[in-house]
Amino acid sequence: MPFIPHTSGDLSAMLERIGAETLDDLFDEIPANLTMQAIPGAPEGLSESEISSLMHERADTDGRPVCFMGAGAYDHFVPAAVWQLTTRGEFYSAYTPYQAEASQGTLQVIYEYQTMMASLTGLDISNASLYDGATAFAEACLMAVRANRKSTSRKILVPRTVHPYYREVAFNIVRGQNIELVDLPMLDGVTDVAALAEHAGQDFAAVVIQQPNFFGSLEQVDALTNWAHAEAALVIAVANPLALSVLTPPGEWGEAGADVACGEGQPLGVPMSSGGPFYGYMVCRKNIVRQMPGRIVGRTVDVDGKPGFTLTLQAREQHIRRSRATSNICTNQGLMVTASTIYMALLGNEGLRRVALASHENTRQLIEGLCAIHGISRAFTSPVFHEAVLLLDRPVAPVLDALAATGILGGVDLTEFYPELGNALLVCATENRTPKHIEQYVAAMTAVFTTEEVRQHG
Amino acid sequence: MVEPLIFEYHASGGRSFTVKAPEASDLPEQFLRKSKPALPAVSELQVVRHYTRLSQLNFSIDTHFYPLGSCTMKYNPKACNSLAMLPELLGRHPLAPDQFSQGTLECLYELQEMLQQATGMSGVSLTPMAGAQGELAGVAMIQAYHKTRNDHERNEIIVPDAAHGTNPATATMCGCKVVEIPTRADGDLDVDALKAAVGPKTAGIMLTNPSTLGVFERQIEEIASIVHAAGGLLYYDGANLNAILGRTSPGAMGFDVVHLNLHKTFSTPHGGGGPGSGAVGVGERLRPYLPIPLVIKTASGYSWAAEKDCPDSIGRLSAFMGNVGVLLRAYIYMRMLGGEGMRRVSEYAVLNANYIMVCLREAGFTIAFSERRASHEFIISVKKITRETGISAMDFAKALLDYGIHAPTTYFPLLVPECLLIEPTETESIQELDGFIEAMIAIRDKAYSDPDALKAAPLTMPVRRLDDVRAAKHPDLVWQPPGEQAI
Repeated sequence: MPFIPHTSGDLSAMLERIGAETLDDLFDEIPANLTMQAIPGAPEGLSESEISSLMHERADTDGRPVCFMGAGAYDHFVPAAVWQLTTRGEFYSAYTPYQAEASQGTLQVIYEYQTMMASLTGLDISNASLYDGATAFAEACLMAVRANRKSTSRKILVPRTVHPYYREVAFNIVRGQNIELVDLPMLDGVTDVAALAEHAGQDFAAVVIQQPNFFGSLEQVDALTNWAHAEAALVIAVANPLALSVLTPPGEWGEAGADVACGEGQPLGVPMSSGGPFYGYMVCRKNIVRQMPGRIVGRTVDVDGKPGFTLTLQAREQHIRRSRATSNICTNQGLMVTASTIYMALLGNEGLRRVALASHENTRQLIEGLCAIHGISRAFTSPVFHEAVLLLDRPVAPVLDALAATGILGGVDLTEFYPELGNALLVCATENRTPKHIEQYVAAMTAVFTTEEVRQHG
Repeated sequence: MVEPLIFEYHASGGRSFTVKAPEASDLPEQFLRKSKPALPAVSELQVVRHYTRLSQLNFSIDTHFYPLGSCTMKYNPKACNSLAMLPELLGRHPLAPDQFSQGTLECLYELQEMLQQATGMSGVSLTPMAGAQGELAGVAMIQAYHKTRNDHERNEIIVPDAAHGTNPATATMCGCKVVEIPTRADGDLDVDALKAAVGPKTAGIMLTNPSTLGVFERQIEEIASIVHAAGGLLYYDGANLNAILGRTSPGAMGFDVVHLNLHKTFSTPHGGGGPGSGAVGVGERLRPYLPIPLVIKTASGYSWAAEKDCPDSIGRLSAFMGNVGVLLRAYIYMRMLGGEGMRRVSEYAVLNANYIMVCLREAGFTIAFSERRASHEFIISVKKITRETGISAMDFAKALLDYGIHAPTTYFPLLVPECLLIEPTETESIQELDGFIEAMIAIRDKAYSDPDALKAAPLTMPVRRLDDVRAAKHPDLVWQPPGEQAI
């Protein structure tokens, strides 16, 4: 029996001890009319070699196209040590560290992670993770409404340059608590700072700033932060943590810095894996930590005075506070945080900076190559980190199909997300793209545009 | 603390980086950070040694028995991990076009089908990323259902007093009012109190069955008809599905919506706190509201159904498609077990739990619902021992660690004093179970002979009992270089 160790002798001895004749007797409290003899339609079991062949076939079907897509999931290189360590059984199959004495490894990893994230973001206190970037953003909105003592507003200003799926997820999660997300318009691929004027004096709980934003563009974070604070709104930063190895950290934005930073931790050593498991990070100023959702690890001492780690400030959480908790979150994304901590330890400040700058440089070269093609241009003039929007002189979808036929994922079609932009394509080249990949992409795109032109003129 | 912090390691000269140092960047100066983040600068060997040593400070299923009630700490098969980590699957971008996604989508589609069959539901969405998010999805669907029917007054969610803390927390997060219903002395719900509580404001009830008390709720059909007659819907918290898999189903019991903890019943790893996965299943009337995206099968292959195809959906709950890597592990596990293997899961999980319960009862322990059959878990109360010796449930928990056994769940559910909630799962052998029973008896005997020794436990762990009060009163949450003040 797969994964069940009992012999038939064990079974009969145990039933006898229990005083039951058959296994069926153990279910005698379930009303007979509710029982079933088998799961209808369930397949027969497979041996490990059979499931192995099947999964290899399925994986082969998906193949390994060259990826120039970003939009919140990035194809960075992950050193071998990261996942060899992370999938050690002692991390992989451990439970949530509620029994601190038996979980010092996991707890110390989280404490190190909290320290790294606080330093990257320039803020005080990190939690132990949320589900993903989008839900971390939703939780940050809820937190800001609770934490803003100067305002009772349930409105939050959210620029249209924030990831469309993040906005959608946040809307779905916060609407139950009557919180309103108000659109802030954009200009040249960044938040329109001039448009803030019409919201002056309207009372918002918070203003959101994504850096780099969904288009890869760099926002005027200082001006936005100062405006928000002047309006007694908190500032929620949504930032790519890898980019923060080179960009101004949220804690240093404007005069006073952002109040909460959150976002997607995936760029730090987590594979794309179809969008998950990733993890959401969240870091805040210490004055609002009691409004923070999720687990937090603290360092303390044991009865002998020896330092050790434990989950702390648990009065915020659902297992203590029940209906009055800061969030319903229980399980988080612990294993992903373990991977990220190891990734950051391996690369260090210099290693992260190199990945960030190499990604920026690859994207710059890609844009240069593609924009040399007649019919392709930059959509915006604002500086970018490692993603950019291109405008095509024709519909995007057929172009992406043609590129896909050559094994290239050419980017994300923005036509449905932002119809006002026209034929817009979001491209990204991480450090994992080689000069040859970029040449391949430019050559394939050139061929698409040339062939199309021949067809159009022929 | 036996291992220094990674920040306390001596800075290493011989670093290996993943890319070469780039030439000067054209990023404008105004956007650049002036201070360097305080990350470690250590060699690969230092990193490997440090995190290997840290891992060795943990208990884990691979190294220890976890009779941890309501958490279903079963073995996580190695094949599930290695096959879910094939490079093509790890390298798939979430927005990759369908032609580069058929393998993944086929797995997810079949997983939807298998979970639907196992729960007796008519539709499944895999997107929720943990049980609590599945709960949020479930309550949001119940709200959407009432709203569509212009039934705007229904904002009360009923939960039993023994419910997991996430149930009331979820109801609040959705803007609902929580109404608690007491449990009777025999462990079943107080149906009279339920009858008095339901009405035109009832949105629904959230139940776990078997309940968190470790017994099957025998009046479930009556409960379903009371709630349905009042116009409410029934929500099944799948935390305890391991007890009934292949024997009965939430659908058969009359539930309208269910979430599953794939990291419990379907053996995906707990990972030291996550990731989990909280897939939701629904009956016919809630189908239109399922969270997106869903995987559908068409003549041209598998594809996603999202905003345009599902206009009444409660929408997206994650940036992409939830925890796909976790879903693949659950898929591989279910395919290896097949229908028969899944039924055996509940049989042997329940066998193991009843075996320990009977043995502990014979040894003189107080079983909370002694006249009842255990499900996959059961509760003992050590209240009498506490009164006579001062040794509490927490002392039992800490003492077990010295026997190399992870503590059972303590002080939950809240209504049984000095309780331990014990769940062995089906993957433990009789030898492990007997070892646990012997340890419990030895600890009990020691409570009477040498209670001070137990109060001092654990003695064999990397640290002894920690000062939680100090941790909360003087939070030290971030390492500061020597000389700098702690936050």
